[in-house]
Amino acid sequence: MPYILPTDALVWLLVAATAGYVLYCRRHPHLAVPWRRVFQSPAAMASVVVLAFYVTIGLLDSLHYRPQLENKSGEQNAYATEVLSLLDLGLAHLRGRSEKTYSAPLATRSYAKEQVELPGGRQMRDFPRLRFGGAHLKDETEWADDVSRRALAGFGVSLLLCLLVVLAARKLQGRIPDIPWSAAAAALCVLLLLAGSAIALCTVYHVLGTDKVGQDVFYLALKSIRTSLVIGTLTTLVLLPVGIALGTMAGYFRGWVDDVIQYVYTTLNSIPGVLLIAASVLMMQVVIDRHSDWFSFAAQRADFRLLVLCAILGLTSWTGLARLLRGETLKLSQLEYIQAAHAFGVRSGRILTRHILPNVSHIVIIAMVMDFSGLVLAEAVLSYVGVGVDPSTNSFGTMINAARLEMSRDPVVWWALATAFTFMLTLVLAANLFADAARDGFDPRVRV
Amino acid sequence: MLAYIVRRLLYAIPILIGVNLLTFLLFFVVNTPDDMARMQLGAKRVTPEAVEKWKAERGYDLPLVWNSAAASLFDKAGKTIFAQKSAKLFVFEFGYSEDKRDIASEIRERMWPSLALAVPVFLVGLAVCVTFALLMAFFRATYLDLWGVVLCVAMMSVSTLFYIIGGQYIASKTWHLVPISGYATGFDAFRFLVLPVVIGVISGIGASSRWYRTLFLEEMGRDYVRTARAKGLSETVVMFRHVLKNAMIPILTGAVVVIPLLFLGSLLSESFFGIPGLGSYTIDAIQSQDYAVVRAMVFLGSVFYIIGLILTDISYTLVDPRIRLE
Repeated sequence: MPYILPTDALVWLLVAATAGYVLYCRRHPHLAVPWRRVFQSPAAMASVVVLAFYVTIGLLDSLHYRPQLENKSGEQNAYATEVLSLLDLGLAHLRGRSEKTYSAPLATRSYAKEQVELPGGRQMRDFPRLRFGGAHLKDETEWADDVSRRALAGFGVSLLLCLLVVLAARKLQGRIPDIPWSAAAAALCVLLLLAGSAIALCTVYHVLGTDKVGQDVFYLALKSIRTSLVIGTLTTLVLLPVGIALGTMAGYFRGWVDDVIQYVYTTLNSIPGVLLIAASVLMMQVVIDRHSDWFSFAAQRADFRLLVLCAILGLTSWTGLARLLRGETLKLSQLEYIQAAHAFGVRSGRILTRHILPNVSHIVIIAMVMDFSGLVLAEAVLSYVGVGVDPSTNSFGTMINAARLEMSRDPVVWWALATAFTFMLTLVLAANLFADAARDGFDPRVRV
Repeated sequence: MLAYIVRRLLYAIPILIGVNLLTFLLFFVVNTPDDMARMQLGAKRVTPEAVEKWKAERGYDLPLVWNSAAASLFDKAGKTIFAQKSAKLFVFEFGYSEDKRDIASEIRERMWPSLALAVPVFLVGLAVCVTFALLMAFFRATYLDLWGVVLCVAMMSVSTLFYIIGGQYIASKTWHLVPISGYATGFDAFRFLVLPVVIGVISGIGASSRWYRTLFLEEMGRDYVRTARAKGLSETVVMFRHVLKNAMIPILTGAVVVIPLLFLGSLLSESFFGIPGLGSYTIDAIQSQDYAVVRAMVFLGSVFYIIGLILTDISYTLVDPRIRLE
């Protein structure tokens, strides 16, 4: 049975809004030109490919359903209280095959020693074979052969796909010459090669090892992507309306409206960010605990907490955008065309939406893409402080938090941390590079 | 000047009242003391007596804003949670934490370790970032500059948590250079502070250097720089005598705002390295849901921020004689 969590609905709403915005931009050259300039940067094209890869996984993970339980005849259909997504369906073999505890990437034996029974009936402490990782191997000496064979097979298939990608890029380059397709193709090829080997290996091994309770780390990392994207995007959904409305109003109306809005944002700004967020989250935590009847199962509660976290992050971080917009609107409202609109008797609301808003939209876009990476990083810190997402939600923050204590083990359990690091760095780096290109494309000072 | 500062200080009062009201709303109205008691006492089924006892011990058994049971008008307004808990923050009376210790004296004590970590990070960080940015600006439009910027963006993209965990792992566990965590008083503290300071500086390099580099480049496009070059001054002299001086104005005034906040210390470093400063105090309070401490730190944080804003304005007049505060 399909099941829509509140964040799912908002995520898809955001997708629809983005699609609408893209169509709108295509029709309006004053927006199409700066976007085109953004995509002319090779770094931006490469990061768009990486971001698209993350977004695809995130979207697959945003289509939820509740699996049907096996029911006895005559009874009504019963559904599990567990909520799964399409991504879970695709990665069913990763989700289901959990070990007992840690195991290193591609390992065939567990990290911890256990009492094992020898064929002769004696017992001894040894590293037991994993239940799933490399279980198909009769003889462990074949391990190196098997791994390289599978990795090469995956690599080979990806190589063929890469060839197609390169050909397609050539073709596109001929048709639309000013966009650096080769950068996009290169990024896509790297992703394909990595993904190909990983997919070939992950059917029988734990490519990135397992965590404390034996869950596949690769699966956890893929599941964490959605949380990061939700926090990075839904927060701006809260932040934008508040920031835009208050910022432009303060700059346009001036007088007491400006005073009040400035007072509100100075007050909010003066509280150190983490503390304000922590205080709000702690309070929401009490509310959630008090109204446990709002939620019929755990996934709903975790999702609600994620949503509330986005709202709190949004409501505490609109001040920067509002200040920028206030300054810009102050400048704009002195210009002749606004004066002319006044003289024609255009109402204030209309001047704000028709004449001011389009002219500050570049600031909004720059702020939105710049905020994204900061929010993804903030999630990890907040989860460490204990005011982040629900502990049952997969996120990079919870992954780091669980893994950081294991660095003191001997031998070191490095894989969970390294995985979170790589996935997060890739996402944030791509977002930062894209944000840079967007800023250069939309900044009126660099117009050529 | 003096009149300006006095006016700014007066302007700070409504902001502090706003912060106070906001924390009051969050901590007492959104959640009543009863909720807090149940949360603190843990179990789902707490007896009403236990809740009452908890509230009475902490002085939360008063009405929120108006005590109609009290005798005099003074008591009607004074014997309330708002007056006892929120308004008292104004005179820096923070009350007691959950483990029955005076928060104010705790803050005075923990301030010093925080400063011992935050001040070196601030000063060394500023010096390193300015140097790095200056190098990039000096070699602008070369590969050195390009890769410098790429390095900055990459460094910005790494979460602070990784810098700390990685640094601890390499320096303390693998090379055994310094202790993993802990603190000592006096000169012994040096051993414990080296690593957090280095990590604090490194984690700040990316964003700051890139920002300073754009400031330097902006300054280098100015007319007076062209004049200096036209006079035949060497590029080094132009950089150090003209560009550096002028670009330091936005850098320094931008840095001034964070100086008072150094007292609050750094949340992450302190708790990872076990430094008994205000940052780790705050994190512990958040994690154990000690609302009195969180409330005190929120208030203190905004006081320091406002002081920082005033200092920024004053520093503008000091470094730039064209600006007069009216």
